[in-house]
Amino acid sequence: MLKFSDNKLKEVKKIIDRYPQGKQKSALIPLLHMAQSEFGGWLSPESMDYIASLLTIDPIEVYEVATFYSMYNLQPVGKHVFEVCQTGPCMLNGSDNIINYIKTKLNIGVGETTEDGLFTLKTVECLGACGYAPMMQLGDHYREHLTKEKVDAIIEECRGKE
Amino acid sequence: MAEEVKKIKVTIDNITIDVPMGTTILQAARMIGGDVVPPAMCYYSKLQGSGGKCRTCLVEVSKGSEADPRPMPKLVASCRTGVMDGMEVKNMTSPRVEDARNGVVEFLLLNHPLDCPICDQAGECHLQDLGYEHGKEGTRYEFKRRTFDKHDLGPYIQLHMTRCILCYRCVYTADQLTDKRVHGVLSRGDHSEIATHIEKSLDNNFIGNVIDVCPVGALTDKTFRFKNRVWFTKPMSAHRDCKCCSGKVTLWQRGEDVLRVTARKDQWGEVEEWICNECRFEKKNTADWIIEGPTQVNRHSVISQGHYEHVLKPTETFSAVHGGRKPKLLMDIHSVSEVNDPSVDLSLINGSATGEVFNHPTKTQE
Amino acid sequence: MAKKVLLEKAHIKGIRAYDVYKAQGGYASVEKALKMDPAAIVEEVKKSGLRGRGGAGFPTGMKWSFLAKPEGVPRYLVCNADESEPGTFKDRYLMEFLPHLLIEGLIVSSFALGSNSTYIYIRGEYAWIVNILEQAIEEAKQHGYLGKNILNTGFDCEIYVQRGAGAYICGEETALIESLEGKRGNPRIKPPFPAIKGLWDCPTVVNNVETIAAVVPIINMGGEEYAKIGVGRSTGTKLLSACGNINKPGVYEIDMTISVEEFIFSDEYCGGIPNGKRLKACIPGGSSVPILPANLLLKTAKGETRYMNYESLSDGGFATGSMMGSGGFIVLDEDQCIVRHTMSLARFYRHESCGQCSPCREGTGWMEKILTKIENGKGQSSDIDLLWDIQRKIEGNTICPLGDAAAWPVAAAIRHFRDEFEWHVNNPSLCLTENYGLAHYADELSIVS
Repeated sequence: MLKFSDNKLKEVKKIIDRYPQGKQKSALIPLLHMAQSEFGGWLSPESMDYIASLLTIDPIEVYEVATFYSMYNLQPVGKHVFEVCQTGPCMLNGSDNIINYIKTKLNIGVGETTEDGLFTLKTVECLGACGYAPMMQLGDHYREHLTKEKVDAIIEECRGKE
Repeated sequence: MAEEVKKIKVTIDNITIDVPMGTTILQAARMIGGDVVPPAMCYYSKLQGSGGKCRTCLVEVSKGSEADPRPMPKLVASCRTGVMDGMEVKNMTSPRVEDARNGVVEFLLLNHPLDCPICDQAGECHLQDLGYEHGKEGTRYEFKRRTFDKHDLGPYIQLHMTRCILCYRCVYTADQLTDKRVHGVLSRGDHSEIATHIEKSLDNNFIGNVIDVCPVGALTDKTFRFKNRVWFTKPMSAHRDCKCCSGKVTLWQRGEDVLRVTARKDQWGEVEEWICNECRFEKKNTADWIIEGPTQVNRHSVISQGHYEHVLKPTETFSAVHGGRKPKLLMDIHSVSEVNDPSVDLSLINGSATGEVFNHPTKTQE
Repeated sequence: MAKKVLLEKAHIKGIRAYDVYKAQGGYASVEKALKMDPAAIVEEVKKSGLRGRGGAGFPTGMKWSFLAKPEGVPRYLVCNADESEPGTFKDRYLMEFLPHLLIEGLIVSSFALGSNSTYIYIRGEYAWIVNILEQAIEEAKQHGYLGKNILNTGFDCEIYVQRGAGAYICGEETALIESLEGKRGNPRIKPPFPAIKGLWDCPTVVNNVETIAAVVPIINMGGEEYAKIGVGRSTGTKLLSACGNINKPGVYEIDMTISVEEFIFSDEYCGGIPNGKRLKACIPGGSSVPILPANLLLKTAKGETRYMNYESLSDGGFATGSMMGSGGFIVLDEDQCIVRHTMSLARFYRHESCGQCSPCREGTGWMEKILTKIENGKGQSSDIDLLWDIQRKIEGNTICPLGDAAAWPVAAAIRHFRDEFEWHVNNPSLCLTENYGLAHYADELSIVS
């Protein structure tokens, strides 16, 4: 059975307390973020059901939301997810080349994970960093002004964490 | 004493009517009836919150109200727009509406599989009617149509997601009639789908009503699947004493067999009273029901074809009429027509049967 | 040098922290406003002429005055920090560098509107900014600007930060409210408007980050004084996020009196086009507003200088003008392909459509497919007309403005760059290897009087 740690449960309570009585469903999106980071980087049906039980809502209400928002992974992903922006302004600054470079370098396609389970490549739409293009999101942070050299360094940095 | 609701005036396609305050344009149009009623694919008067999504009921408001006569800049969804005193609305008299509606029909049919020949909804499908009335021949879409992974919703309800127009009616039905909804709209944009996420069957005692509210063939009755075409079946109003629901239904019969049970529907195709799963799926014998008589079906509906209400079925056979004489062959069609040449086996023709096929054997021999 | 009222202090070291911010005159507007009558604050905002900085440009004071105030029902202020319009990253800059400016504006606005629980809905990807904002809220609380009985006025206010999870549509105010209620970001069908029935069915005002921040200088200097900045109905200053093919991408504060040409080419702002290239086109207000070729961008169809303000940018309507929008300024140089760029935007809108209403759900995907086809040298000339017809049937017929946002870029690209589309269609193999280039898009136009 999945379960948040006691500390996380305290955080859950704090989040629910932000909303008026009976409006605890508002905590759903923050809690799904928490579940994704606590339970392996993706949302399994089991973890979604757990969140439903915490908020006393029907599981389908969780599935509806989890499948709507693009930040939730509904399949397991690699340890480090490269989410490279491909929208207009990034494209003007060569995001296509960056995506192709990562594909070749890691030998994976978009949406795929390397065999060692370390890297997943995703393309995403505008992340609000157009002035610092091309860019990608890695975990909670942005990596901007990407070049091939920078991508190499990021890959090494991730490998170094192992 | 109940307070009298204020009546206000609204004009739709040059027809003026007094309606109570709070009436929507669509409701007002339905009060007038006839051709001024905009089509509605997602709105359902019995489901709270429904409407506004399909955009087929868009109308032009050419005068906002007596107090503020400015026209509304955009077309509005008549199902969700309340009337104001003195409002003037154009539905079928507006070329803008016609054009927009034509676009909406095209959008709704864009990814639709057009599998009417094998769809159980054919004949009572609102999308068919809509396409017939407001669509154009042919499609301008030349890409692969969207498909979805198949989901099994259990023994009673068949889901064909490719046919769905995302009206959300079934979601509202489950929300408002059952205590626990297990299906919903998942994913986003053009990938949105009706599903349960993890395989689950829909088994609440009132969930069968999603079949009746579905305007297309996305949710159909599994117990009726491929049993018959609706226009071959005969709708009969019937009732039974049911502990869970009103027990008032329509039986769809072929001969004496009850092939399907549905709720009774009004002239807008809406369920009059919700029925339970037991009545719908488990009571398929005429003995289970007290039959009231044939259900009135709009005479323009394909369902009414072949049903001659109040007309007695002849009891005499052909030979009885002819006083025992056998029918006599007056003319052999093959002697005057090459088209029905008995030597041509139609099933062996590769492609369509054109005149060439029939001309070929005789003409080349000559 | 243009007047700055928002980013004036953004470069002061440590301004992110309360002590530095306070020492620079921070929270003065709270001290002042909480002694005022809430209605008088709304009046000041009206006088300032401030227009919503999220994209629609609706007068903020008027929006505030629409807020219903039924007895015994809570009212909410929600700050829209779901900045997702391609080309726009100004709110991010403001929150990242001046978090206290936003918090200060929120306290004043909450007081004016009577909101005791105020929410900042921030796009999920700005994860690190959540921490910055929460830190600022905590500091403001410690110093008595938030919490119970603020400055002994009896006014209670809490600010909470809510993270989204990746959905452009949640920038639409009713979709944002739905999302804040823990639901799918499906825009609501209006009416009722949020001012009557918003968050949890209570009266609600949703304002953009920059709009809220602008309330601080308005209170500090007075609405009338603020209205003196800028020109005409474009009062105050506007944050612009400049990106694309320019030497100095970034966030700039302008007072809406400078010309488009100055903004692109002066060293104070974008610093011109890199590598000696020439300007081909520009989307001046975020990806959904009409793209303009260089000749119509720098001058209006009447041959007048075009300025960076609401009126001048929209001069000529959609036929020859564009919009201020959210201030996302995207510049394209002569090497850029309009078809490819439009395709990328169409892909964005298809990806971000919520799927609720049929014209947007089906139409956005269809447009993307056709544009991809043309870009790949497989288009026919009838496809261009078809595209035009599709966008026309989406525009105005959807539940929310995303339909328009998806239709306008396609319409404008065809309107102004039709010959580039035709070149793709007529040169199927050439268009895969070569570029149509600048063509005549920077040529002087004959003036239509």
